[in-house]
Amino acid sequence: MSEAAAVLHQEIQPAETPLTPESWGKLGMWVFLAGDAMSFGGLLAGYGALRASSPDWPNPLRTLGISLTAFMTFLLICSSVTMVKALSAAKHGDQVKFRLFLLLTIIGGTIFLTMQAYEWGHLTHEGMTMSGNPWGAALFGTTFFILTGFHGCHVFGGVIYLSCILLSGLNGRYTADNYNPVEIVGLYWHFVDLVWILVFTFVYLIQ
Amino acid sequence: MANAHAQHEEPNYMNIFWALAVLTVIEVVVVYLPFSRLLIGFLLVALAGTKAALVALYFMHLKFERSTLGIIALTPLLLCVFLIFMLLPDLTAHNKLPTVSAKTASGEHTTTH
Repeated sequence: MSEAAAVLHQEIQPAETPLTPESWGKLGMWVFLAGDAMSFGGLLAGYGALRASSPDWPNPLRTLGISLTAFMTFLLICSSVTMVKALSAAKHGDQVKFRLFLLLTIIGGTIFLTMQAYEWGHLTHEGMTMSGNPWGAALFGTTFFILTGFHGCHVFGGVIYLSCILLSGLNGRYTADNYNPVEIVGLYWHFVDLVWILVFTFVYLIQ
Repeated sequence: MANAHAQHEEPNYMNIFWALAVLTVIEVVVVYLPFSRLLIGFLLVALAGTKAALVALYFMHLKFERSTLGIIALTPLLLCVFLIFMLLPDLTAHNKLPTVSAKTASGEHTTTH
């Protein structure tokens, strides 16, 4: 009886992915992230091309300021660490730590967004818009708002995604046997962190 | 290999965190060093690449996955490098554009007169 049930159970199992044997969702997230990376890659390459062909590109160090964004970079790195800690806690079945670290990750993302909103407000107040700025090439503002905005949308989406995982995990659903959704949201969140590392370097630091 | 049980082992995340934090500090310091713009740019790209690799390898566990998954992860990087090389001729052409258009404009100007 139980053997027959086991055989039946095996038959209805979907074929195992050879790349990520533990879950199809993980492979799906990786493929999505590869596509998303191409979006960011295209934006960054376009930014580089426009910047290289503009003779009067403003100095980002003097106009944007990097103390705030360096802290934002640090904040995202911290939120990546709390994310891996949350996954690790879920794997070990520690529900309290899992929720605590996931909540800290969400808070980190929210603070990042708040600081970005403050930065945008500050720069807009100084006269920098999508179509112009007081310092030089108008495309400086365009590329800045498009790149940081596209990344900010990803952080916003990530905060919502993380919140959904936190809420759906409140009943103790994510355990040592079922932690794949946590790992998958983690992949997304680390990717957003990885992209910010590149945006920070190319938009703020390189002169 | 030691990776046989890596699926269940965890890397020391705090070490990765400190490496990323220190690399960020170095990045911010490098900007103010009295080197040439090209050298500083090269250093910044190398530092950012190292940080991105650390995040992908350890936080995203790419180091402990099957290597075929790494090919998926590397595809966009390859395509972006390809895209940059595709854009390079356009950049050099753009720099020459003002002179070319100025000549054509002046040529037209003389013929109409």
